[in-house]
Amino acid sequence: MFETLSHLALQQYWWVIISLLGAILAFLMFVQGGQTLLYQIGKTEDQRTMMVNSLGKKWELTFTTLVTFGGAFFASFPLFYSTSFGGAYWVWMLILFGFIIQAVSYEYRKKQSNVFGAKTFETFLFINGLLATVLIGAAISTFFTGSAFSVNDFNQSRWEEPGYGLEAALNIQNLSFGLAVFFLTRVTGSLFFLLTINEETVIKNSVKQIKINAVPFVIFFLLFVGLLLSSEGYAVNPDTKLVSLEAGKYLNNFLEMPLVLAFFLIGVLMVLFGIFVAAYKGKTKAFWIVSPGVILVVFSLFLIAGFNNTSFYPSSFDLQSSLTIENSSSSHYTLTAMSYVSLFIPFVIAYIWVVWKALTKKKIDKQELDEGELKY
Amino acid sequence: MTEADISLVDWSRAQFALTAMYHWIFVPLTLGLAFIVAIMETIYVRTGNEEWKRLTKFWMTLFGINFAIGVATGIILEFEFGTNWSNYSWLVGDIFGAPLAVEGIMAFFLESTFIAVMFFGWNKVSKKFHLVSTWLVAIGSNLSALWILVANGWMQSPVGMRFNPDTARSEMENFWDVLFSPVAINKFLHTISSGYVVGSLFVVGISAWYILKGRHILFAKRSMIIAAIFGLISSIFIALTGDGSAYQVGKVQPMKLAAMEGLYEGEEGTDLVVFGIMNGGKQITPDKEKQKENDDYLFAIKIPKMLSLLTARDANAFVPGINDLLYGNEEYGIESTESKMAKGKIAIKALYDYKEAKKNGDLVAAEDYRKTLEENYSYFGYGFFETPEEAVPPINLTFYSFHIMVGLGFFFIGFLMLIIWLNLKNKIEKQKLILRLAVPTIFLGYLASMLGWIVAEVGRQPWAIQDILPVKMATSHISTSSVQITFWLFAALFTVLLIAEVSIMLRQIKIGPKEGGQ
Repeated sequence: MFETLSHLALQQYWWVIISLLGAILAFLMFVQGGQTLLYQIGKTEDQRTMMVNSLGKKWELTFTTLVTFGGAFFASFPLFYSTSFGGAYWVWMLILFGFIIQAVSYEYRKKQSNVFGAKTFETFLFINGLLATVLIGAAISTFFTGSAFSVNDFNQSRWEEPGYGLEAALNIQNLSFGLAVFFLTRVTGSLFFLLTINEETVIKNSVKQIKINAVPFVIFFLLFVGLLLSSEGYAVNPDTKLVSLEAGKYLNNFLEMPLVLAFFLIGVLMVLFGIFVAAYKGKTKAFWIVSPGVILVVFSLFLIAGFNNTSFYPSSFDLQSSLTIENSSSSHYTLTAMSYVSLFIPFVIAYIWVVWKALTKKKIDKQELDEGELKY
Repeated sequence: MTEADISLVDWSRAQFALTAMYHWIFVPLTLGLAFIVAIMETIYVRTGNEEWKRLTKFWMTLFGINFAIGVATGIILEFEFGTNWSNYSWLVGDIFGAPLAVEGIMAFFLESTFIAVMFFGWNKVSKKFHLVSTWLVAIGSNLSALWILVANGWMQSPVGMRFNPDTARSEMENFWDVLFSPVAINKFLHTISSGYVVGSLFVVGISAWYILKGRHILFAKRSMIIAAIFGLISSIFIALTGDGSAYQVGKVQPMKLAAMEGLYEGEEGTDLVVFGIMNGGKQITPDKEKQKENDDYLFAIKIPKMLSLLTARDANAFVPGINDLLYGNEEYGIESTESKMAKGKIAIKALYDYKEAKKNGDLVAAEDYRKTLEENYSYFGYGFFETPEEAVPPINLTFYSFHIMVGLGFFFIGFLMLIIWLNLKNKIEKQKLILRLAVPTIFLGYLASMLGWIVAEVGRQPWAIQDILPVKMATSHISTSSVQITFWLFAALFTVLLIAEVSIMLRQIKIGPKEGGQ
């Protein structure tokens, strides 16, 4: 089935999968946003425990999606994997440190003799929430702003900035996207608490946090979009494969791919509408309006980064070192083999959905807490 | 292609070793305990006896504590191939990336989805759904081990690929060759069964402690018998897969085998060293006279001809020693490392010439260079050596790790047999000495498992990919100081987390099963 596709078609197929995984990761980072709100929404130990247990059923999904995102990128576009991870060393390391401390925090927070006390593990959760959202956001934004690296004739890469990736956070466009992701996930985290917890203070404070965090989210998101659409982009000449800077490249990509533009606009509207009905109309299920919106927006951003003759990982140091879906991908054979593996994805999503429904059909409440049914 | 600063290589290796070994403290227990818990829950569902539920929940609690830190220490490994070994990632990403992606899609999601049911689902889903979830977590953990071990197996024995000079990397030609490589399959079976033994010794040891303390006797005896049977079957299986692994090592990594056995000069009908002390005065030298000056061992107990039999399935077969492999042995048709280095250098030069010819549009010359490269590619990595002696791994560490691991493996078989027999005869409670021995035996399980990885990884030095890429060519181009800082950060962070984990674990064991372990 996949064998007959051209190499380019397989590269495009895999860019769509990577984009989808990136979009799902952004959606699932409501866990990280929620982790930064434990003390702003939860005012008592019990309330915080309910919040931790609400997120605790899902944190591994986000974690696993990140790992799969990394693995899939490695398998499909290994030159990105070797260039970015081996170059923007400190950005990725900081992100990973955040996930390391997250992974133990749910399990150890309330356990007796945990040596460091519940507060330490709650702080770990906050650090993960902050680092993962801002830095992953900033790292993804470099898909548009570029990074300082070079790739030689043997496809060996070298980072050309002493900050090994940290310099990305100094760029206003990258930073604004990182902060937009941070505040957005605080909104989606609050929406998730509204969806899954039945406790008066938690509900009241979640609504409050949706309103508070929506404002900086919208400001930083608009700033990012404004800079993105007005900036030069990294265009690839389809004949010579040479990379050059093109004015308004990403705006052009949207205009030349109207379906992607539609995804973006519908996504933005869904996010804004969902926030509105949750904040002002008392809708507790708005999570299911905002989340598909997040997926659509991030999906469309990945598509304008990689499609329409664009370099998805551009080098600001040496334009011709820039990575495209064509020059950084795996071989035809590997992409074909991996495409068969990708057929498992709908099956995986299906069982995740079955389990999600089974575990959240009843909201967490004080009674469940008192009966000792909560694990964390 | 540029060689990295040696201190960067060493620090990168140190960081990978540190993170991998910390991760491996937790993984074997996850692999083994997952099945033991699943077996216990199956008995509960089949009998409806609440005692078995209590048993399941207690061990599940310990599983959860261990699993969390296993996940924490595991995430870094997935990304470390890129962060610290970017040349490697490009050169073999076309092959090596696939198992990692499959691992995520097919195994990690299975684990992470159904573990939520395991812990949150007791009163939310049916008994059968819960049981299926527990089994799926066990299967998921073992499947994730499959894919990463396939990837590791491929590094030890690179099959199913071809070098593409245009992209300057190895590209996959046959997925099934990679997946079903005999090295990978043996490695998978040997490694997961070592996890089952660690899990079993853990349950046996803790149960023994309860019996010694006179607490939860029935609970402890039930746990002990389940774990001991599971452990015994697994440890016999380990011996079989260990034999398979050694056979494969003999075929594809003869230098590693020579180091494992401390064998300097090969011979026909080679004896197997059961126990030995290496001779520090032994030299690696091309001088035939000097080679014979000292014995390989100061002291050794040997089984005649057994090494030949195990590694070649022929009691009289010639097993090459380190000196044969380094300096060649015409009589047995063994090529010297120097000759391999020369071919490797031809391959590297042909790659450069190919690139140059392609740039100049000289396709005829390019085709000639491509052929030369292809003919010599199996020696490619040797071309980066400056001296033949670079091909030798640390011999003492490999030798002792291997022999202690094997010795412990046989001890576990005997020990678990004894535990089962004493339980069946209902005499276990009176055997204080055996019970006391069972507690530290937990750590011997961990030790054996860790030593196995030392044999596998130290024994194959200097290769990142056998014969193709030495570690000194595989690193990222980053500053040594960055790697030094992250090394110490990992060391500090993992140590802190380990302290918390051990403390929580001991506390839960002390609390015992009565309170459901919570």
